[in-house]
Amino acid sequence: MTDDPMIAIRASFFEECEELVESLHDALQLMEQGSGDAETVNVVFRAVHSIKGGAGAFGLNDLVDFAHRFETVLDDLRSGRLVPDAEAIRLFFQGADLLHDHVRAARSGACPPDGADAVLRALEGLPLARAPRGPAPVDFTPMLIDLGFAGLAEEPKGLDGPAPWIIDFTPRSGLYTSGNEPLLILRNLAALGEARVTCSVPGELPLSVDAAELPLLSWRIELAGEVPEMDLREAFDFVADVSDLSIRRSPLAAEPQPSAPLAGTGAGSPADETGHPAASAAAVQAASNPPAAGTRADPADHVPATVRVDLERVDRLVNLVGELVISHAMLAQSVSEAGIAEHGMVMGGLEAFQMLTRDIQDSVMMIRAQPVKPLFQRMARTLRETSLAVGKTVRLLTEGETTEIDKTVIERLSDPLTHMVRNAVDHGIEAPAARAAAGKPAQGTVSLSASHRAGRVVIEIADDGAGIDRDRVLRTAVDRGLVPPDAQLGEAEIDNLLFLPGFSTASSVSSYSGRGVGLDVVKSAITGLGGRISIFAEPGRGTRFSISLPLTLAVLDGMVVRVAGQTLVVPLSAIMETVMLAPGTIRRIGRSTELLHIRGQLVPLFDLGVQLGFREGPGSDRDRIVILIALDDGGRAALVVDAILDQRQVVIKGLSRQYGRTPGVAAATILGDGQVALILDPSDLVRRAPGGDRAPLQLPLAG
Amino acid sequence: MTDNASQTAHATELLAFRLGDQEYCVDIMSVREIRGWTRATPLPFAPGHVKGVINLRGTILPVIDLAVRLGMAPVAGDDRNVIIVVAVNGHTVGLLVDAVSDILSIPVENFQPPPDLGDTGPAMCISALTLVDERLIRVLDLGAVLPGQAVDAA
Repeated sequence: MTDDPMIAIRASFFEECEELVESLHDALQLMEQGSGDAETVNVVFRAVHSIKGGAGAFGLNDLVDFAHRFETVLDDLRSGRLVPDAEAIRLFFQGADLLHDHVRAARSGACPPDGADAVLRALEGLPLARAPRGPAPVDFTPMLIDLGFAGLAEEPKGLDGPAPWIIDFTPRSGLYTSGNEPLLILRNLAALGEARVTCSVPGELPLSVDAAELPLLSWRIELAGEVPEMDLREAFDFVADVSDLSIRRSPLAAEPQPSAPLAGTGAGSPADETGHPAASAAAVQAASNPPAAGTRADPADHVPATVRVDLERVDRLVNLVGELVISHAMLAQSVSEAGIAEHGMVMGGLEAFQMLTRDIQDSVMMIRAQPVKPLFQRMARTLRETSLAVGKTVRLLTEGETTEIDKTVIERLSDPLTHMVRNAVDHGIEAPAARAAAGKPAQGTVSLSASHRAGRVVIEIADDGAGIDRDRVLRTAVDRGLVPPDAQLGEAEIDNLLFLPGFSTASSVSSYSGRGVGLDVVKSAITGLGGRISIFAEPGRGTRFSISLPLTLAVLDGMVVRVAGQTLVVPLSAIMETVMLAPGTIRRIGRSTELLHIRGQLVPLFDLGVQLGFREGPGSDRDRIVILIALDDGGRAALVVDAILDQRQVVIKGLSRQYGRTPGVAAATILGDGQVALILDPSDLVRRAPGGDRAPLQLPLAG
Repeated sequence: MTDNASQTAHATELLAFRLGDQEYCVDIMSVREIRGWTRATPLPFAPGHVKGVINLRGTILPVIDLAVRLGMAPVAGDDRNVIIVVAVNGHTVGLLVDAVSDILSIPVENFQPPPDLGDTGPAMCISALTLVDERLIRVLDLGAVLPGQAVDAA
């Protein structure tokens, strides 16, 4: 942790900003789909407002200026003066994206992004509906703006005369303990307009130790009436939940008795405060129990409590759990070597230990897992920007946003996904004219989906564009010398050429994709994560990229097998079943291809020892075991092994990449006896199998 | 052993070891530890000099057979052999050798550049030669012995 509390507070402000931007995008998306209501608009407004408020406290002036102008436009939206048509929403999205940029710039201390002014001008230029500017319409509904930390209620701006404001401000103990200073607030108010401040000191000041820290003073401020109420509210933004505040217009004869103070906890609605004395009293009652210092006043009940934890701490925990799994394995091994009875106390204890270890591990992994939603939102932005730049209208459909993946995986997915989304818009979706000619709707569609499949996460990016122009791809590959001119390649093989380094078909290099960075970089990023990428294209119908990723980068369930004197681990998630290899079940095709005949199906058969180069040909002893594995592309394959030793959890240890990626091997682990065992990547192994029908392309693929 | 080596600031400390009937040495500052022989788990499709990987207190350590790397007959791989764990360019690697023989402190001026054999083979891995008690000691250039750092160094 940092020594300076301000740094921590600042960091959590920026975290909060990310969340606010996320909710802002969500709400805008709802509006775009036409399913937004008044509350949606409020969410939009609230998000921008909260960012502005926080930024003000940290003196982030660029951010404040931007948020303020954006907020002003949103206020028109909130009050119904602005109709959110498609154009307006598009601009709101741009505004939200820019706000995000501003937040990032402020976070890193970089220069604010360009183009903010143009977007703001466009936003401010949105036509306002003819609404009376003077007295507010009668049906104006007061709205509660729950700012999370600063709940406050807007009262209807009913009166048109600039009667002076009367503000009653009574700090509660939380105000001082959270480091606020009334003097600064009073000064801010005085800066807004002519202010007359009266401090009320209670007649009796208890000079006891328990009362020493209790706030006793309260203030009444009379302020010139021209100041908008919002500005007044803003001055109290940070103390609204730790003070009793009432802001009202002074009646002609100022009422000497302050009205029931407005509880700023955000728990009541304005109607309660103004209409129901009982509720108001309850609010006061609640207010007299100040919330614990430094915590936020009661957040909405349905929001689960969360803690922000340094990722580093979680990682340390993950590593420790990994060591725990290894030490359990070692213990189990020594116990079994000591020849202790199978059903004794020791074994029972060991089993309980294993279950506990597994529970701990699952829980730790859950901490690291995060939904892909923020990632998808970033892609939504990329899509908007790209489609704007290339002059195509494209919508994004997302599915499975709640799918959770390890945080590290999510972070490292961002770049490859961005690239692919740009590709989809720039190269995948046709120009509007071409779409019209092909009888497709003018608006293109890119869909992004995430799901769990066979112990892995599958992320798919599909577009409804023109698919892959295979002739052109092949021509380009030949031109660049990537394949010999007389090569006879199948469709899937041609599609896979796109992943070769130095391949880019974009005839015109636009600034949005094809910056000399091709799909080979995407591929190596994905393989670096232990994932795989495949491509499916249908001419005229679109292209679909499918990325399959491991759920976690730390531990997996594996089957420990022995082959050619070596101990190896096969991920359990890939194994469908194990069978004894009976001689009659093998069918041969040609010289080297073998198929396993199992329950009426033929599955390609590979000898694991031969595949890994541990032995020349299959061992003569054919009384061996076959492991049927499920491949990423939905197919199956059978691997012959000598023996199955165990089934256990193993901790994934990275292999040094010093000698390049080892084909067919995903990682390594340490077994109970301290020996290193390699963890197989069956799909990769089979794909590289010489003579196998799943190895169509013998080209040096990236990664 | 180190009798004729003056203890000047210009002396380099070297760890000498045997490979077959030849003696080699590496800068002792790059040596992290010396371990007894452990059976290494072979890596499929790895170059011939890559013996495999071993468990070094929870991390996976690649081990290379230095004899094979230098074009000699492979190290037998028994209890008398040792693995010298060295750190080069941020990578930690185990070097399988026959036996560690000595720690030498040799003044810099006693080093001779290796003869230019116009060779791209094992001679490229030698950065200097020196004679100690009529024994020829070959100083290894670890950066040249362990290539491939550029491959996926990130």
